[in-house]
Amino acid sequence: MANVLVFTEFADGKFKKGALELLSAARKSGLKIQALALGSGAKSLPFGAEGVDEVFVADGAQFDKYNPELFSETVSSLLAAQKPAVVLASSTMLARDLFPRVAAHMGVGVSSDCTELEISADGNVKARRPMYAGKCTAEVSFENSPTKIVLMRPNQLTVVAASAAKSPSVTDVAAPAKDLHTIIKEVVKGTSGKLDLTEANIIVSGGRGMKEAANFKMLEELADVLGATVGASRAVVDAGWVPHTMQVGQTGKTVAPTLYIAAGISGAIQHLAGMSGSKVIVAINKDPNAPIFQKATYGIVGDVFEVVPKLTEEFKKLIHH
Amino acid sequence: MKIFVCIKQVPDTETKIKLKPDASGVDFTGVKFVMNPYDEFAVEEAIKLREGGKATSVVVFSVGPKARVVEALRTALAMGADDAVVIDAPEDLDSAAVAKALAGAIKAEGDFRYILTGKLAIDDNASAVSQMIAEYLNIPQATVVSKLEIGDTSAVAEREVEGGTREVLELRGPAVIAANKGLNMPRYASLPGIMKAKKKVIKELTLDAVGASAGDVRVKYKAFQLPAEKPPVKMLGGDAGAQAHELATLLRNEAKVI
Repeated sequence: MANVLVFTEFADGKFKKGALELLSAARKSGLKIQALALGSGAKSLPFGAEGVDEVFVADGAQFDKYNPELFSETVSSLLAAQKPAVVLASSTMLARDLFPRVAAHMGVGVSSDCTELEISADGNVKARRPMYAGKCTAEVSFENSPTKIVLMRPNQLTVVAASAAKSPSVTDVAAPAKDLHTIIKEVVKGTSGKLDLTEANIIVSGGRGMKEAANFKMLEELADVLGATVGASRAVVDAGWVPHTMQVGQTGKTVAPTLYIAAGISGAIQHLAGMSGSKVIVAINKDPNAPIFQKATYGIVGDVFEVVPKLTEEFKKLIHH
Repeated sequence: MKIFVCIKQVPDTETKIKLKPDASGVDFTGVKFVMNPYDEFAVEEAIKLREGGKATSVVVFSVGPKARVVEALRTALAMGADDAVVIDAPEDLDSAAVAKALAGAIKAEGDFRYILTGKLAIDDNASAVSQMIAEYLNIPQATVVSKLEIGDTSAVAEREVEGGTREVLELRGPAVIAANKGLNMPRYASLPGIMKAKKKVIKELTLDAVGASAGDVRVKYKAFQLPAEKPPVKMLGGDAGAQAHELATLLRNEAKVI
């Protein structure tokens, strides 16, 4: 029988939401479910409650920081031995770095950034992904690939609770006995405490219409009320108002939040490509002919400096009730 | 020490995507191709390393239809790269086949130390070729690198991950470095640079010569679709206060997203 192996990322003793989404999709397939988790506390994760049949863990501090070489050696040797029909992981920075290398090691196919997934009972995969930063989408076709590695964007699959718990076997995965040429010297945690743009459920983005860097404070206040992450257009990143990590678009981050609020962004084609996958788009711009309105769900023609503070007030009232 | 840079030619970011009538792919008729924007950071970094005395020359590689791809290589030469190699290949090779071809071409050059790439190509956003080259050459990689220091025995690379977190890696020995925006400011090609690049002979290799083939392809794309048409925008009237109030109400009661 074919297996599906889920690479489960976790934090604070809990599976990340993306991992729960993948486990839900794995259960739906009816295939035998294997799970792999790396890092301190991996052994204590509730694999049984998630309907996992077989667990592989490397539960140790060595795996608490991502070392590309250590991780790829470890995961490659496990997968080469297990030969699952399907490997599922969230399309996080870690997985996007790790799995192409694992795929090359195994001589199989990998597809990052998938947004649709169906796994059939015989272990075949039907997946779609955006191309050209969302200007179109395509079906992924795996060729000569006994294992198919699918990296799913978070927030695309529905989390469904497992109908029955299982008592999976747990196997320790050893790190390879090999001198590593990669040393992790330091990990400097980001200070924002906000979700990354690629994971955020709500994004408030600003463009040239914000007039100057200091005015992004207004967007941060709006974002704070909504629990949102602040993004930006390329124009303001290139102008040096905000760091490039905040850039949404074809040469920045491709995002698909539930709600995207574009303030003072006219909507260059590269920006539209990066955010048009958002479920609901709000555009606030003083130019009624701005291209952003063609992609928007709700449009406000007006001065961002008047509208945004009023919006912050309105959301405060709504959310505090 | 030679520094190797791998670049890809991609449709310009301004491109409006049209599909072929049978939806088997994108119709590239009339599309302007450019060097992948992230690869410009890799080329710039390599040239800076040579200028700083850390490398003797910069050799740029690209895989794809020869007649078209040489233009991207000429751009790199015009920026200041010393030599260029094109590996002639069909349009639809995937990351695995391209990486195998690049690794083969790099191996054929003899000694290799640092191989620079862009963190991803903006056409398929796969972000896979860099890590696959590293695997085929059996050397470490650092991707999404926004700061790089090359020392005598090792390199220190800073990569950016989610939430503004930075990971600092030391790479001992040869490595693949995939550049992110922020690593440097790519220079524009100068007019003399462009003239000089025009005269350079670009080395041509076949896939066969570098030990790769269409049989290395593991992923293909099919059944392309353009995004669904959005329903027309709902414009909100009144003054700023009224607009804000109506929007908040709609987001809660109609769209149900807050």
